[in-house]
Amino acid sequence: MRSLDLTMALVVGGLFTAGVHLLLQRSLMRVVLGIILLGHGANLLLLEAGGPLGDPPITAGGPDVDVSAHSDPLPQAMALTAIVITFGVTTFLLALSHRSWRLTGHDEVQNDPEDRRIGDVAERADDDPTPHLPTDDRGDAG
Amino acid sequence: MLVVVLSQLACAAVLPAAARRIGRGVWAVAALVLAGSLAWLLTRTASVLDGTTYTETYAWSPALGLEIALRLDPLSLMMALVVTGVGVAVMTYAASYHHLGHGREAGLLLAFAAVMLGLVLADHLLLLYVFWELTSVASFLLIAGRREGGDRQRAAEQALLTTVAAGLAMLLGMVMLGQAAGTYRISALLADPPPPGATVTCALVLILVGAFAKSAQFPLHAWLPAAMAAPTSVSAYLHAATMVKAGVYLVARLAPGFAETTGWRPLVLTVGLYTLVVGAWRALRETDMKRLLAYGTVSELGMMIALFGMGTRTGALAGAVLLLSHALFKGALFMVVGIVDHQTGTRDLRELSGLGRALPVLAGVALLAGASMAKLPPTIGWIAQDGALEAMLHGHITGEAWATAALCLGSVFTVTYTARFLQGGFAVKRDRGPSGAVEAPRPLFLAPAAALAVLGLVAGVGYPAVDALTAPYADRYPATGKPFHAELWHGWTLGVWLALLIVVLGLALHAARRPFSRLLRRLPRLPDAEWCYRRTMVALHHGAVVLTRYTQVGSLPLYLSAILITVVLLPSIAVLHEMPPLHEIRAWWTPAELPLALTVLIAAAGAAVIKHRLAAVLVTGAVGYAVAGLFVVQGAPDLALTQFLVESLTLVVVVLVLRRMPSRFTPASGTALGRWTRAAVAVLVGVFVAGFALTAPQGRQNAGPAGEYLRRVGETGGQNVVNAIIVDFRALDTMGEIAVLMVTALGVISLIRLGTRQDEPRQDASAQDGDGKDRSARDEAAGDEDGTGRRPGPDGAADPSDFPAAARWDEPREHWLPGSTDLLGAERSVLMEVVTRLLFPSILVVSLFLLLSGHYRPGGGFAGGLVAGQAYILRYVVAGAGDVERAVPLRPGHLIGTGLTLAAVTGLTPLAFGRPPLTSTLWTWHLPVLGQVKSSSSLVFDIGVYLLILGVILTLLSAAGTSLRAPVPQLGTGTGTVGGRRP
Repeated sequence: MRSLDLTMALVVGGLFTAGVHLLLQRSLMRVVLGIILLGHGANLLLLEAGGPLGDPPITAGGPDVDVSAHSDPLPQAMALTAIVITFGVTTFLLALSHRSWRLTGHDEVQNDPEDRRIGDVAERADDDPTPHLPTDDRGDAG
Repeated sequence: MLVVVLSQLACAAVLPAAARRIGRGVWAVAALVLAGSLAWLLTRTASVLDGTTYTETYAWSPALGLEIALRLDPLSLMMALVVTGVGVAVMTYAASYHHLGHGREAGLLLAFAAVMLGLVLADHLLLLYVFWELTSVASFLLIAGRREGGDRQRAAEQALLTTVAAGLAMLLGMVMLGQAAGTYRISALLADPPPPGATVTCALVLILVGAFAKSAQFPLHAWLPAAMAAPTSVSAYLHAATMVKAGVYLVARLAPGFAETTGWRPLVLTVGLYTLVVGAWRALRETDMKRLLAYGTVSELGMMIALFGMGTRTGALAGAVLLLSHALFKGALFMVVGIVDHQTGTRDLRELSGLGRALPVLAGVALLAGASMAKLPPTIGWIAQDGALEAMLHGHITGEAWATAALCLGSVFTVTYTARFLQGGFAVKRDRGPSGAVEAPRPLFLAPAAALAVLGLVAGVGYPAVDALTAPYADRYPATGKPFHAELWHGWTLGVWLALLIVVLGLALHAARRPFSRLLRRLPRLPDAEWCYRRTMVALHHGAVVLTRYTQVGSLPLYLSAILITVVLLPSIAVLHEMPPLHEIRAWWTPAELPLALTVLIAAAGAAVIKHRLAAVLVTGAVGYAVAGLFVVQGAPDLALTQFLVESLTLVVVVLVLRRMPSRFTPASGTALGRWTRAAVAVLVGVFVAGFALTAPQGRQNAGPAGEYLRRVGETGGQNVVNAIIVDFRALDTMGEIAVLMVTALGVISLIRLGTRQDEPRQDASAQDGDGKDRSARDEAAGDEDGTGRRPGPDGAADPSDFPAAARWDEPREHWLPGSTDLLGAERSVLMEVVTRLLFPSILVVSLFLLLSGHYRPGGGFAGGLVAGQAYILRYVVAGAGDVERAVPLRPGHLIGTGLTLAAVTGLTPLAFGRPPLTSTLWTWHLPVLGQVKSSSSLVFDIGVYLLILGVILTLLSAAGTSLRAPVPQLGTGTGTVGGRRP
C-alpha cells in the first residue's frame, strides 16, 4: 500500500525502547516519564500505520475529493484523543508519585510483601500438611 | 420426568425450614416424596419393559447445542428404581439413626436423590455431567457434615477432589466425543457411534477415568473407605447403593456403542477385575465393619464394571443383576452396622462379641443379607454370580481364562470377608466373653434393613421378575446361541460347580484365618492408595508454594518484564509466520524528518539514562516537541498543535510537582544482572515495535473509512476532517474521553488533598479562601524553586529578610495582578506581572479563536481549552494560586460539570426530535455586517469540550496549590511526618 519509512520505524522503536526501560524502573517518576515516551511512540505508530503521507485533511468535502492526496484523518483523530488521555494519565500518575513520596519519603515501588508472604507459606508451622498423613490403618485382624 | 426431579428438589429446599416445626417428621416427608417418585416409576415400568421409551426435551441454550433431554429406558428405569426404592428405606432408617440436624441431612439426602435421578435420566452428555458433579457436591456436604471434626472434613475433601478432578477429565472426554460425533445426545451417539479412531479412543479413556473415580476403582478408590466417616445413612445410600454406581451406570450406558472400540475392553476388564481382587483382599484386613463393607463395595463395583464393560449380552445381564443385588444387600448391611454402632457404641470387629445372642433379629437380617453378599443360593446374589461365571466362561473375549481366574479369586475373598464380617460382628469370641445386655433397636429402625434383606431373598426365589427387569437392557446385545436368563438353576453346569467351589474355598480360608493372617504379615504390603493420595496432596501443596515463591516475588519490574516478553514473543511468532512481502523500503519520506528523528532518539536516550529529575523531565519535553514537529511533517497539523500544547502543560505540571521532590532519582538498587535484563527487555520491545511498524502497513487490505470521511465532511458544516471526526462522526468516543479526563482530575485532586484536610486544617483553610495570611506555608512553598532539591529548614519557614536587597530590584510597586499581593515582595517580578497582564487577555482570545475556527482549520475544543489553560498557568506561575482563583469567577469543578453537561445535552437533544443521538444540525444566518454565517450544533459540543479541558487544568492548578502548602516529609525517618500523623 505504501512504501515504508525506515526513519519513522526507527523513531518508534527508539521511543518504545526508552519508554520500556523507564517503565521497568522502580522510581515512580521515571515510570511516569516512561509512559509519556510510550505515548509518543504509540501515537507515531498509529499515524505510521494509517496510510500514505499527504496534505493535511482539510477540505471542503464533496464527491470529487482526491482522497489519496490527503493523509488519513482517522488515525489523526485517534492520536489526538490519545495525546489528551496520555496527559490525563500522566497527571494522575504524578499525583500518585507525589502521594507516595509524601507518605513514605520516596517514590519507589517496593516489592509487595503480601506476594512474598504467599511464597513463604511453607515455612509457617501451622500450615504443615504432614500431620494429615493417616496413622497406619493397615492393622491385621482375623 | 423433569417435574419429578424438580419437585424433589423443591421439597428438599423446604425440609430444613420444616424441620424447625416437625423435627424428626421431615424424614417421613422425604420418604413419602421418594415413595411418590417410586410409584410414578412403577406405573411406567410395564410399558418401559415392553419397549416404550419416554423422552422429554426442553430448550436450555439452543445456540450452544445445550438442551435438557431426559429419557426413560430399561437401564434408566432400573437405576431409578434403585435410587427411589433404597431411598425410601434409607429415609425411614435415618429417622431413628440421626439425633440432630434432621432438616439439613434430610434436605441434602432428598436433593441428592433428585440429582441422582436426573443423572440416570439424562440423555445429553453435558446434562449428565452437570448432575454428575451435583452428586459430588451433595456427597461432599453430607460427608463433611456441619461443624464436624477434621476427619470428616478431610474425607469429604478427598472424595470431592478425587471425583471432581477425574470429572474434569471426563468432561474433556465428553466434549471430544460430542464433537467427534456431532451430537451430545447419548441415545443418538449409541445409535450411530462416531467412526473409531484416536480421538474416540482418547475421549473414551478420559470418560472412563471419570467413571472409575466415581465408582472407586483402583487406583482412585481411596476416597470411598475414607468417606466412611460419614453417617451410616449416607454411607448406605450414597456410598453403597446409588452414587458410586454412577460410574458403573456410565460404563453400562456407553458399552453397547463402544465396547468394540480399541482399548475399551482391556482397560475396563483390567481395572474392574484388579479392583475386584484387591478390594476384596483389603476387606480381609479391615477391623472396622464399615470400612470392611466399603472395601467390599469397591470390590463389587469392580466386578460390575468388568461385567458391564465386556460388552456381551450375558455380561450385561449379570452386571444388571449384580447391581440390583448389591443395592439390596449392601444397603441392608450398612444399616445393620449403623444399628450395631448406634446400640453398642462400637463397630470394631475385635471388640464386638456375642451380639448374635443379644440381638437375634438383627443377626438374622445380617445373615440373610450376608448370604446374598457371599452369593449363596437362593438369593439374588447367587443369580448374579451364576451369570458372571457364565459370562466369563463363554464370553468369547481375549484373555477369558485370566478373567475367569480373577473373578473366582475375587469371589473367594468375597466369601471370606463375608464370613469374617458375620463371625466378627455377631459370634461369641473365645478370648472375650459375650457383651452385656444390649438394648434392642426400635422396630422402625430395623425394618428398612430387614425389608432390603428379605427383598434380596424374594428376588432370588422370584427370579422371573429379576429377569424381566434386566433382560430388556441386555437384549441390546445380540444373543449368541441360546440366550442366557437369570434363573436359580440351570442344571449342573461348570459355572455351578465353580460357584460351589468358591464358597467352599472361601469358608476354608476363613477357617484358616489365624495361620492366614500370620502369613499376611510376612507378605510385602501393596502400595496403599490412601498413602499415595496424601503424598500427592502434600507434593501438590509444596509444588504450589515453590511455584509461587519463584513466580510471585512481588517485584513490579519483574512482573512487567514477564508481560512485555509475552507481548513480544506471541505476536512475533504470528508476524514471522504470516510475514507479508516487504515492498520498497525508503530511508525517509522527506528529509525534514531526519533532524527531528535524530532529536527524538537522542532526547529519548537521554531521558532513559539521566538520573537528575529536572533534566530528565526537560529532555522528555524535548522529545514531545520533536514529536510534534514530526506530526507537522506527516501532515497532521491538528496533532502537532495539540501535542505542543499538551507538552507545555505536562512540563509545567511535572515541574510544579517536581520542585518539592529530591533532585535526583533514588539510586537504582538491584544487581547488574537485573539492570541488563531490563535493558534487554527494553531493546527487545523496541526492535519488535520497529519491525511491527515496518510490516503493519503492508498488511493493510483496504483504505478504511478515510475516503468517506473526506468526502462527507461538508455535511458537518466544516472543512477540518479531524475535528469533524472528533465532534461529529465519532462524537461518542469524545464523550467517553472527556468523561475519563474528568475522572482523572477528580482522582488527582483526591490524591493531593487526601489527608491535608484533617492533618493541616490551618494550611487547608488558607488554600480554600486564598487569603494569603499564612506566610510560613507560602515561604515553604517557594523554598525550592531553583529545582536543586534544597529544602527549607525543619521549621518550614524562610525568613523574608534572607533575600538580599539586590534580589528585590524588580519588586513591583503597582497593582498589576489582583492576587499578586499574596506573594512576598521578593518573589514577585514586575516584568512578569506586566507581561502577564498584557498577554492574558490575548491568550484567551486566541483560545476562543481556535475553538471557533476548529471546523475549518487546525484547532477545536481540545486545542482551545489547552490554550486557555496556559493563560491561567501563566498567572499561577507569576502571581500564585490566589490570583488564579480570583481570575476565574467559577470554581473549577463547576466548569468541568458545565462542560460535560453541555456536551451530553448537545448529544441527547436530537433524541427529542426523533433523530439518533449526537446528530449535528446546521444553521445558516445572515447577519448585517458579517454576511452569511454558518453554524453547527457540534460547535456547542466543542464548547463543552473546551470548558471541560479548562476546568481540568484549573483543578490541577488548585491541587498543585494545595500540595505545595503542605509540609515536606522528613526524609530518612522511614515514614513521613504526614503519614506518621495520620489517624
